[in-house]
Amino acid sequence: MRPNDVILKTATQLVTFIIIIFSIYVFLAGHHNPGGGFIGGLMTAAAFVLIGIAFDIKTIKRILPFDFKILTATGLLIAVLTGIGSFVFDSPFLSHTYDYFYLPLLGKTELATALLFDIGVYFVVIGVTLTIIYTIGEDN
Amino acid sequence: MTALHWATISPLLLAILIPFLYKYLRKIHTGWFVLALPLILFIYFIRFLPSTSAGNVIEHTVPWVPSLGIHFTVFIDGLSLLFALLITGIGALVVLYSIYYLSKKTERLNNFYVYLLMFMAAMLGVVLSDNLIVLYTFWELTSLASSLLISYWYHRKKSIYGAQKSMMVTVFGGFAMLGGFTLLYVMTGTFSIREIIGSLDLVTTNSLFLPAMLLILLGAFTKSAQFPFHIWLPDAMEAPTPVSAYLHSATMVKAGIYLVARFTPVFGGSQEWFWLLSGFGIVTLLWGSLSAIRQKDLKSILAFSTISQLGLIMCLLGLGSASLYYGYGTDTTMYTTATLAAIFHLINHATFKGSLFMTAGIIDHETGTRDIRKLGGLMTIMPVTFTISLIGTASMAGLPPFNGFLSKEMFFTGVLNASQLEIFNMQTVGMLFPVLAWVASIFTFLYCMILFFKTFTGKFKKENYDKPVHEAPLGMLISPIVLGSLVVIFGLFPNLLAYTLIEPAMNAILPTVLGPGEQFYVHIYHWHGFNTELFMTIGVVVLGTLLFLLMRKWAKLSIYLHERDPLNRVYDGTLILLSSSSHRVTSSFMKGSIRQYLIYIFSFMVLFLGYMLFKLNAVTLSGVESAPIVFHEAALAVVMCISAVTVVLARTRLTAIIGLGAVGYSLALFFVLFRAPDLALTQMVIETVSTVLFLLCFYHLPMFKAKFEKIPFRFTNLIVSLGVGILVTVLAISSHHSKSFESLASFFVNSSYDEAGGKNMVNVILVDFRGFDTLFEILVLAIAAIGIYSMVKLRLEKGES
Repeated sequence: MRPNDVILKTATQLVTFIIIIFSIYVFLAGHHNPGGGFIGGLMTAAAFVLIGIAFDIKTIKRILPFDFKILTATGLLIAVLTGIGSFVFDSPFLSHTYDYFYLPLLGKTELATALLFDIGVYFVVIGVTLTIIYTIGEDN
Repeated sequence: MTALHWATISPLLLAILIPFLYKYLRKIHTGWFVLALPLILFIYFIRFLPSTSAGNVIEHTVPWVPSLGIHFTVFIDGLSLLFALLITGIGALVVLYSIYYLSKKTERLNNFYVYLLMFMAAMLGVVLSDNLIVLYTFWELTSLASSLLISYWYHRKKSIYGAQKSMMVTVFGGFAMLGGFTLLYVMTGTFSIREIIGSLDLVTTNSLFLPAMLLILLGAFTKSAQFPFHIWLPDAMEAPTPVSAYLHSATMVKAGIYLVARFTPVFGGSQEWFWLLSGFGIVTLLWGSLSAIRQKDLKSILAFSTISQLGLIMCLLGLGSASLYYGYGTDTTMYTTATLAAIFHLINHATFKGSLFMTAGIIDHETGTRDIRKLGGLMTIMPVTFTISLIGTASMAGLPPFNGFLSKEMFFTGVLNASQLEIFNMQTVGMLFPVLAWVASIFTFLYCMILFFKTFTGKFKKENYDKPVHEAPLGMLISPIVLGSLVVIFGLFPNLLAYTLIEPAMNAILPTVLGPGEQFYVHIYHWHGFNTELFMTIGVVVLGTLLFLLMRKWAKLSIYLHERDPLNRVYDGTLILLSSSSHRVTSSFMKGSIRQYLIYIFSFMVLFLGYMLFKLNAVTLSGVESAPIVFHEAALAVVMCISAVTVVLARTRLTAIIGLGAVGYSLALFFVLFRAPDLALTQMVIETVSTVLFLLCFYHLPMFKAKFEKIPFRFTNLIVSLGVGILVTVLAISSHHSKSFESLASFFVNSSYDEAGGKNMVNVILVDFRGFDTLFEILVLAIAAIGIYSMVKLRLEKGES
């Protein structure tokens, strides 16, 4: 019989979203403030780990019904493609550029190709962490 | 590529075709296809005789590795032509003999003829090459081919042993020889023998002269089975008899002789060359003839006899080199006789030893045994074999009218002349040479008699043989008959060879002795009056016969009963010692314990780095001002130290894990203090994750072994870890205090916003300036995850693969 952990579960349901939003903030702020793909990815993964602790692995599988190994591969692919993309503009591998745009709602915003690379890092870190935790967690 | 080049490598080209001929033309013995080649080559080489006997040389060059001065230069003078004729002539006879000797039904003929052709090409390459590196290449190919041929019946243990032994000894010498060649190159700057001889003054005055000579001689002595490297030859008798006749009597063992003769113009005339050659030669002669008496196996007798005769030739070459000391102008006939005798005996030995090996093979083939204690009374049953053996043994023993008599008389003349020499301290020990030579000749006579009489005379005992004994088929007899008749022809008309073969060869060995337009006077004759040589021969015959007649008396002596050469014990012992001591050395430090290997690695690191720090005087504490230490930094450092000590001294693992976590979080705090927010964030999260993983491991420890004990104290560990800690600290402090360059940091500070548009410099460096590193770091993470996944998921059950 499972212990009654309704407080934990309820808290998790609330806190998870805060963690995820914070991690996305850290990730997006990385270019100008402390943060970035690596730490953002770790935090997002931590949010899912929390779900795993409060509920169980089956629950996470239901919420996120995809393979984290594929997420890792996708991240790597994005990072490599960012690098290859600079060939199109006749520049060396992994040359980045940035510019400022006026976006609706956000106003003047800086968009950098380095962010694309950071998305790759973000995905890889989430994929790797969750793969490791779940592989070990599922093992008997 | 000229015709000569093609001729040299033609056996190799034919060897490529042999497997196909063997496979698709099974009805015809493969040997017949091979036979044509040495015959054609023999005729081809004979055509050079007029040109070399007129004193000309033929040289053709094809570049091989021109940038290193390595050219495939084929070079024909009297000496190389003599050897080329021996190789192709006896090669043809041996192939013919092998056609009848090896059955086409039961033997793997394709292997045999491929190896044999490989050997023939290698041997031709050795004697025809002018370039030292090419010569060496072919030289090693002869070793390889020889080992393959010895182990032809590879399912026999003894064959493998013999092949391995010959390989070890000859390759050892070959490597030494390569070293000698390299030294010659260092001295003269060329690999060409002709050019080396041309610039002799560079060599003789060089301090590398002696090392080069010793190394080259080591190669020659191992190949030519000189004492004490002769031990491989008797064990090589496990080879099929055609191989023994070809390689181990007529050709390969003479490669060393060739090398010595070829290098006599370079090294000859020096005292060391003279003494090494003649000294080792005469010892080999004596040792070989003495050991031959003790053998009970026909081929073993012949093997030791070959060793002894090779010693004789080597000794003569050494004595003859004395004439180079005098050079042109003096009356040097007295000294050149030795060289003349060496060449003449070289030819003679090839003829009679080849025929004797073939007859031994016939006897083995037709009776099933080679043991002289079982053989006997074959005279009437095998009349042809008997006649050839008679000629061969008589020639080997040195009886007239065969060619062995002539060369032995000249040998005696050579040693008697040498004892009169007034150089190289010969006055004091010179008399030893004739005495030793004479004693060795008595033994030679004795083993010839044993070989002959034990085989052919006496009673024929039918029970000793497994099969009906009869004369060999004609085909098998042709080759020994040809060689036997050559023995007689050269014996009766020795001057046939005088100016066609012998004089040009002497000219090649002793080029500086002659004046322009002169020739060596070569005249070999049977009757030379009542002189010392003749009395010595009479003494040999009388004493040898006496010893043979008294054989029953001394046959009980233990020296006769034990036939293995005592030097084999040294060889076997060395091999065993080598393998056991290397095993001992390896197992003394390769214990399989990771702790020990770590101790090696760390001690090496500490000792090496410490020594370098000390030697380069790199320990320094001044140069850069250190920042002041504030209170909370010091406090944090104390906390960190306490946690670290807790980890080491912890009684339980759980404490250690918690302690480690404390260290990690203190480190994160340090990052905060030293203003590295990204690092602090990452460190926090990573520390949490890894602590969780440690706890997981802790939880899954097997219960039955998990005793909650302190880490056992080991003094070595303490010393090593203290050493590492101190060293790294000293290194860090010293390197901090000796900064020689401005750091790159200012570039990143100045340009991270302007060029990359980011205010977070760490992140800009990670994804922009040095994004390539990050790319591969995320790859590392991915590999780690996949690795963990496959280690956990892919578990093979027993028997699965």
